[in-house]
Amino acid sequence: MNANLFSHHHSHGHSLIHRVPALAKLGVGVVVIVGTVLAPSGWSGWFLAVTALLVLVAVLSHLSLLFLFKRLLLLSPFVLGVAAVNAFQPAARESWLVVAMKSALCLLTVILVSNTTPFNETLRVLKRACVPGLLITTIGLMHRYLFVLVEEAERMRRARLSRTFTPGRPFRWRSLATVVGQLFVRASERAERIYDAMCARGWR
Amino acid sequence: MHIPDGFIDGKTAATTAVLSVAGVGLALRRVRRELPARKVPLLGLAAAFVFAAQMVNFPVVGGTSGHLIGGVLVAALLGPSAAVVVLTAVLIVQCYLFNDGGVMALGANVFNMAILNVVSGYAIYRLVSRWLSGIRGRVTAVAFAGWCSTVLASISCAGQLAWSGRVAWSAGFTAMASVHMLIGLGEGSISALVFLAIQRTRPEVILENTPSADSRGIRGLVQYGLLVALGIAVFVAPFACSWPDGLEAVAKKLGFEHVAAAPLLAAPAPDYQIGAIHWAVGATAIAGAVGSLVAFALALLLGRLLVPKQPANAGGSRGLEEGRMKKTE
Repeated sequence: MNANLFSHHHSHGHSLIHRVPALAKLGVGVVVIVGTVLAPSGWSGWFLAVTALLVLVAVLSHLSLLFLFKRLLLLSPFVLGVAAVNAFQPAARESWLVVAMKSALCLLTVILVSNTTPFNETLRVLKRACVPGLLITTIGLMHRYLFVLVEEAERMRRARLSRTFTPGRPFRWRSLATVVGQLFVRASERAERIYDAMCARGWR
Repeated sequence: MHIPDGFIDGKTAATTAVLSVAGVGLALRRVRRELPARKVPLLGLAAAFVFAAQMVNFPVVGGTSGHLIGGVLVAALLGPSAAVVVLTAVLIVQCYLFNDGGVMALGANVFNMAILNVVSGYAIYRLVSRWLSGIRGRVTAVAFAGWCSTVLASISCAGQLAWSGRVAWSAGFTAMASVHMLIGLGEGSISALVFLAIQRTRPEVILENTPSADSRGIRGLVQYGLLVALGIAVFVAPFACSWPDGLEAVAKKLGFEHVAAAPLLAAPAPDYQIGAIHWAVGATAIAGAVGSLVAFALALLLGRLLVPKQPANAGGSRGLEEGRMKKTE
């Protein structure tokens, strides 16, 4: 999971796709996703066209195939779960194979767009699309501190475990809970410092 | 419980998007009014915290482990509206950067995990902590609210999957509800333990502990409650068991069901079906939604008519305080 976490450096590459403006990529991505979900299963032309486009973009973006494949695998638990449930009681407005294909195409679209666009540009596009400022600020701060807090949580967890001599699940749960609690306290204190820093730089 | 793209069809995506935009919009407005400016970065940091906290694995049995989802915990720490905004941010980032949940399914995921989860969990938390006092009461409240909200969110998710025709309701509801009753145990216990840890070490970071939290009043409950009621009416109620209720079953058994007379007034939606709409689930959903709104409007009207307006200086504790201060001067 940690390898996935630090893949955001991909978005700062230099391929042809990376240089396309964010608005265009996000716009096309949304059109592809909405179209694929709404397209009836008979429209094989649409699915073939979308697949060709995605493959072309994947090749031009110089993203590692292994990386794309690993990300696509994230879908599998849900698809397998639905397939298992449908085996006992088919719902079948659409066969689950078609659903799995649509899902995979949409997922690949999001993977390609998010890994070829710096996050700040995406936020800028969202802001121009009239997403409320408070939500944008929250998402921006979350993105900035997410990796910091994950590392901090991992450090605290390891430190806790290496100092623990009492075996048994109840003790482990309580010490992990304390770690999570401490994480919130530290996040809270950071927030105060961030407010002062933002005000000092002219944020209202 | 993050639904990927393709598992929610167009109409479900549109309906959930409308409900989610309304809910998140409501939460943003309330946060802007209630949260002091100093605390605004806390929303972003809390969102990062939720994400990091979700990665901590609590060992269960053998190789399995549980982890926190965090909706009720954040609601108990920062209040319901802040929690809605925080969880929405988490879901958006998870969808876009970590491909956990689809883009078109974002409306459904936000409704289930950022709105329904948080609001119902918070309501149960406040109710139970009013009933059981003290820190122990609040910790118990967090645990129970964590369990309830998880199960409720999973039922709503099953309803949306059934609406989209991807998973039959009977199979989906059974699978989702039963699995999440187990997951909810983990969510409840972990949320409670973390809440207790924070309460014991640094209670001042819990915004909900400040006195201004209580004066928020009933308005938020009403606004969120209406949204949640609409969501349940639309996604869950159409799948209610169609077996005859108590009276009908007895009437059938004892043989007097034919005595039932024709209704005096023709109802617009007899037996929750609308003639013009051929999709039974949709008709019930619309009937349910309209019924909820009409009932809400009537209750509002009755309240306005029956309850006398309170005089202006009845400002509760603030009025008393001012009176006391005036006396000492």
